[in-house]
Amino acid sequence: MPVVTYISADGAINEVEVSSGTSVMQGAVDNMIDGIVAECGGSCSCATCHCYVDEGWQEKVPAASEMEKDMLECVLEPRDNSRLSCQITVTDELDGLVVKLPDSQF
Amino acid sequence: MTESSRIIIGASHAGGQLAVCLRQHGWQGRIIVIGSEPYLPYNRPPLSKTFLSGEKHVEDLLIRPEDQYEKIGVEFILGQEVSEIDRKSKTVSLSHGEKLTYDKLAITTGARVRKLDLPGSELRGVLYLRDINDVEQIRHFIGPGKKAVIVGGGYIGLETAAMLRKLDLDVTILESADRILNRVTAPDLSAFYTRVHGEEGVQIEAGVQITGFVGDDRVTEVALADGRSFKADLVIIGIGVIPNTELAAASGLEVNNGINVDECCLTSDADIAAAGDCTSFYHPLYQRQLRLESVQNAMDQAKVAAASLCDKAIQYNALPWFWSDQYDLKLQIAGLSENFDEVVLRGNPGEGRKFAAFYYRESKVIAVDAVNSPQEFMLGKQIISKGLEVDRNKLGDPEVAMKEVIASAK
Repeated sequence: MPVVTYISADGAINEVEVSSGTSVMQGAVDNMIDGIVAECGGSCSCATCHCYVDEGWQEKVPAASEMEKDMLECVLEPRDNSRLSCQITVTDELDGLVVKLPDSQF
Repeated sequence: MTESSRIIIGASHAGGQLAVCLRQHGWQGRIIVIGSEPYLPYNRPPLSKTFLSGEKHVEDLLIRPEDQYEKIGVEFILGQEVSEIDRKSKTVSLSHGEKLTYDKLAITTGARVRKLDLPGSELRGVLYLRDINDVEQIRHFIGPGKKAVIVGGGYIGLETAAMLRKLDLDVTILESADRILNRVTAPDLSAFYTRVHGEEGVQIEAGVQITGFVGDDRVTEVALADGRSFKADLVIIGIGVIPNTELAAASGLEVNNGINVDECCLTSDADIAAAGDCTSFYHPLYQRQLRLESVQNAMDQAKVAAASLCDKAIQYNALPWFWSDQYDLKLQIAGLSENFDEVVLRGNPGEGRKFAAFYYRESKVIAVDAVNSPQEFMLGKQIISKGLEVDRNKLGDPEVAMKEVIASAK
């Protein structure tokens, strides 16, 4: 099963198995990882599942939709590697994905 | 000697979140969540969207998987009703007689559908949409070419109509008010959604009264007061919900269109909190008593309630927000538009599928309805919660970026 590494703002590292077909957001929520809130349950409506995709993985994750890009511009600290984790579906190709979580989702 | 327990009545969105938060705040005793449905807490929004269409299954709906609750020692008693709360002895009785003692209690019983009591309401095929069981029943009556009549032009009705239309059913919406979304939006939004549903092939009849449902064993028609009738293989009624406050009221807690809670989500009993659809509370930004039916409110109140039960009082003043998905339309709403006195439109609801409506009351933006306009929603939230006085001309001009609109604030 693919492994996704979540690095919290305080440096805590969580390596968890996330099944293919599950979103990076759901992987965090299922494993009680603080730092991802996911108020809308994954429907690209709240931007509280914001994460930073690590270098080396940005090209490998599927591109963001226009809706997601618009939402991302308005998160607290947007960066070039910002993504809404509910829009990234884990696949075998993403085994080893590393994402960093922001200080806050609000 | 029984170990101290914190009990949560209602394995709902709010209930599940509250349980997790109690652990996060350091409570180490037992946490028991009691739910009347046979499921762990699950997401309800997909019920009228991807679960109805069959794209998602029950396991996909669970907010957290079973093993996560086991890891943190949250126990569930599912498929059981609570018959009584005895505040003197601090016990909760289950219908089958078992009594559980609580140290602190939380009520997250949510709401139930408002039912239509008309001739023929009991016919097979006349259904509501609130829980997994409802949708599983609805699925029996779905098929390409089948006729669905939706009673109620609110969000549930419209989302269901959109999904059934995608599944190639013939869909008609019947609304008793003179426009759909009457209770919650300005006429511009009602007109917009009426147009789009029409473009998608859904028939909307507003200002109509239903007199009953016709059929032998299964429904075949819906009859109106004006003499017309609509053929129906399936009827889905979405006319609102009623908060489940009976248990609280019977135990002597203050109840008024919801279980009354203070700004820390505590009821009139200091050992009992309440959160979510079942509560009524005073919102400092809107300066009135509210009852909200939204995921955001359930989650945020659950967090505040859990903190209060752990003697870490934080106040609830989150900005209400809400979303609805229909066809290729994403509607995001921030704030409450009730009692607005003016609307500033940004974009044109008369054509296309992208615009935003900003609601003003006494010169302050109190709410925004944003259709396929995420920046208007995200930055609109800031305008509302900070009370920013932005330049109205810029706000109403889609050529001016929202970031510039915010910058124009005095």
